[in-house]
Amino acid sequence: MSSPVETTAQNLAADVRSGARSARAVLEEHLVVIESRDDEVHAFNLVLADEARASADAVDARVANGEDPGPLAGVPVALKDNLCTRGVPTTCSSRILEGWRPPYDATVVERLVAAGAVVVGKTNLDEFAMGSSTENSAFGATHNPLDLTKVPGGSSGGSAAAVAAGFAPLALGSDTGGSIRQPAALCGVVGVKPTYGAVSRYGLVAFASSLDQIGPFSRTVADSALVLEVIGGHDRRDSTSIHEPAPDLRSVLDRGVEGLRIGIIEELSGDGLEGIAGDVRARLHEAAAALEAAGATVATTSVPSTVYGLSAYYVVAPAEASSNLARYDGVRFGLRVDAPTSGDMHAATRTAGFGDEVKRRIMLGTYALSAGYYDAYYGKSQKVRTLLADDFARAYEEFDLLLSPTAPTTAFPIGEKTADPMTMYLNDVCTIPSNLAGHPSMSVPFGVGDDGMPIGVQVLAPATGEPTMFRAAAVLEASAPPGHPAVGGSVTGPTGGATA
Amino acid sequence: MSDDAATEIVPGWETVIGLEVHAELATATKLFCDAPNQFGGEPNTNIDPVSLGLPGSLPVLNEQAVELAIRVGLALHCRVQRSVFARKNYFYPDMPKDFQISQFDLPINEEGWLELADGRQVGIERAHLEEDTGKSTHVGGGGRIHEAGHSLVDYNRAGVPLIEIVGAPDLRSAEDARAYVSELRSILVAIGASDGKMEEGSMRVDCNVSVRPMGDPELGTRCEVKNINSLRSLGRAIVYESRRQVDLITSGDRVEQQTRHWNEDEGRTHKLRSKEEAYDYRYFPEPDLVPLDPSVEWIESVRSALPMLPRERRHRLADAAGVDTATASLTVERGMDDLAVEALAAGADAGRVLVHIENNLADGSGLLTAAAFASLVAMEVGGDLTATQAKTVLAVLVVDGGEPAEVAAGMGFEAMDDGALEAIVDGLIAEYDEDWAAFTSGDDKERKKKSGFFVGQIMKATNGQADGRAVNELLARRANG
Repeated sequence: MSSPVETTAQNLAADVRSGARSARAVLEEHLVVIESRDDEVHAFNLVLADEARASADAVDARVANGEDPGPLAGVPVALKDNLCTRGVPTTCSSRILEGWRPPYDATVVERLVAAGAVVVGKTNLDEFAMGSSTENSAFGATHNPLDLTKVPGGSSGGSAAAVAAGFAPLALGSDTGGSIRQPAALCGVVGVKPTYGAVSRYGLVAFASSLDQIGPFSRTVADSALVLEVIGGHDRRDSTSIHEPAPDLRSVLDRGVEGLRIGIIEELSGDGLEGIAGDVRARLHEAAAALEAAGATVATTSVPSTVYGLSAYYVVAPAEASSNLARYDGVRFGLRVDAPTSGDMHAATRTAGFGDEVKRRIMLGTYALSAGYYDAYYGKSQKVRTLLADDFARAYEEFDLLLSPTAPTTAFPIGEKTADPMTMYLNDVCTIPSNLAGHPSMSVPFGVGDDGMPIGVQVLAPATGEPTMFRAAAVLEASAPPGHPAVGGSVTGPTGGATA
Repeated sequence: MSDDAATEIVPGWETVIGLEVHAELATATKLFCDAPNQFGGEPNTNIDPVSLGLPGSLPVLNEQAVELAIRVGLALHCRVQRSVFARKNYFYPDMPKDFQISQFDLPINEEGWLELADGRQVGIERAHLEEDTGKSTHVGGGGRIHEAGHSLVDYNRAGVPLIEIVGAPDLRSAEDARAYVSELRSILVAIGASDGKMEEGSMRVDCNVSVRPMGDPELGTRCEVKNINSLRSLGRAIVYESRRQVDLITSGDRVEQQTRHWNEDEGRTHKLRSKEEAYDYRYFPEPDLVPLDPSVEWIESVRSALPMLPRERRHRLADAAGVDTATASLTVERGMDDLAVEALAAGADAGRVLVHIENNLADGSGLLTAAAFASLVAMEVGGDLTATQAKTVLAVLVVDGGEPAEVAAGMGFEAMDDGALEAIVDGLIAEYDEDWAAFTSGDDKERKKKSGFFVGQIMKATNGQADGRAVNELLARRANG
């Protein structure tokens, strides 16, 4: 039996369900790893050791009583710290939420816990999920566990790092413009942004409501499939939730890609776009070749308006954020800096409570929505979204799936891009179009770059196209060159648990 | 609407008024969550994560609120259409999210009208859904936010569904404005959309006022007056604001577009903010909600379930009674038009029915049935009861119910036969011969005085059972005889 920190969530749950291992023992082994390395990685804002022990014991009690402990029985899971957890601080890595404990659990948290998962802690993020490196945190940067001098990506860098470091086999993040997929790529793990509406946003602290989606990180494609089956499906508390149960993903993983038509997005694959590194391009084309070898038809195709994605995103996302973040006013919860009038109190609280990047985006968004500028900025950006949706629709007439790099480069050094927001923003150029269109996409580890750091390939699908997307992801996983030894080595091979 | 000179507040000037009415919808829960929609609870008890705008909470639209909004739209003859919720962004401590979910360029109801009691129509521009705010109490400093020592906020009201009804600038006087609000309130109450209580704040009126020289086609610059808490305040504020604006213009000044606050105690408005200081609300479509697109089937089922509206009731009674709608309106306002129409159908005299409702049934009709009402009026018209007796019997019927003939008999109200009355009158003429002489002398003044004397004596002698009209006829006959 392999060490639990190297195995998959599926295998762990199977062991706990069968009684081969106790949830408590599984948890303790993960807590040891966290204890030994999180000082240097700083994946967690908060480790919930005592609460996790109580949950693990409850799972073990269910097993002992012959009850069904759920498909994720005893599996440790790390939660991005913008997911509400009842009675447990939820900070969004911001000073402004200081002291706030939500009185409720996010829907995804309820569903994970009901499935037997054990929440081990809340992970670090760029403040309010605004960033691509997890350096914009009020509590300090998260380091890439594969090279501590590098960023883990962001904004869900803490969750990606937690999975890559073996702190938990599963984590949840949120993805507004690439915040799951880009850190997954930089940390060498699987990361999925589901179809908009596939996973309830209730209890996710909003950044940009029309773009935000919650999704999983895992070391295997199958584990992400399992998590989506647990957290997906309709929730009446989210009006944008799709009125369908979560699709069955695990059952399609072994179907292969025979006969699938897969298009490489020309505009995002390097030749048409500056800044995509040579090694990233090389892995993308190797991935395409692997899919072709597995029976898919692969061709290059054009989705012209993807090049406007970044510009449209940096209007829409800040605009919605400027409104979503208005409620942090010092009146009802979190930080309050007292001042003589309520207006002054608002200003003092927000000045002290928000970091620079959050302030920058609030100002951008406020400007974009202002009288006289709305049509030129917000209105225009919505037109770009329509255009993008039309372009994707045309592409999906010819192709079942699309392919691109996830991120332009491997993980970059901490501090390298913090001085220049525009350079930082370019990290999300490949991931943003899916958010603007509301489509699913995922990053699958596919070898390493010249520096030995992981590279991810992005698989894109039309709305609710997750089953097909996961078939391609499983093939990529099975045919990937060796990944970074710290995360990839133990779980390559046939999907669903070569390590058991 | 009306160019009637009688409605001028300042001679030679026309006041143009448009009202924005906010009414709380009578739903069980709030507009976007399951917290109760209840007035008067302990502060901050009807709340939940959504109504507090806690991070991570999301709005879910209340279907009952939509149905009530559709009822309002249909009752106001609006087009009920696909609509989109929008965020109205501004900072205020009693707004939990620091934005209000409202409707902006695509409201649920557009382009309708409302008919006043006198038959005139007032345009309705739109009637849209939005959420209410909480309530702030400023402690110290006379209740003004800028002078307060501290402020308390009660979020019980935050998220309560509102319908905002924007009227066209079709009103021309304080009376018009009051009539419009009364009619609107009657409609909202009739369709069960709102309790319409201005005193509890479940119905609130903002008033746009401008003035222009009579006959001038150009509209003047308007001011919006807020904090109007009663129909009386509405009228006073309009009169005050009209005079203020005319004074400005006639003294060579200009009216500045402003939002103004009505101070009931001082009887005046004062400036809250100018156009330049107006908020930029940065409206944009609410991304947490999907567009609201009620099906034709739903709209039609709501329409078919609408009760009879005040306007239809006025027309029905006016037709049945042969009067105009303005005359019929009091009976409708008192909710006695069903009673009246039924009594009329049973053959009752329309004039007596409406007079009784106006003068003798101000406190309600109680146990009075239409059949009893019709019988009573028939007895009165037939001379079996005097007007005074009829009023007395009516009061008994309201409290105890029953048949008017039995009630009248039980009270000893027998119709007096003509012979008995003549005997009494002749006796009194003989007894007071000097007074009778004065009565017949021909002097009008003297005749009037003595008429009163004789009627009084006759009523006394008959215990008030004599019919006043019969007595007068008899006296005249004797005097001429």
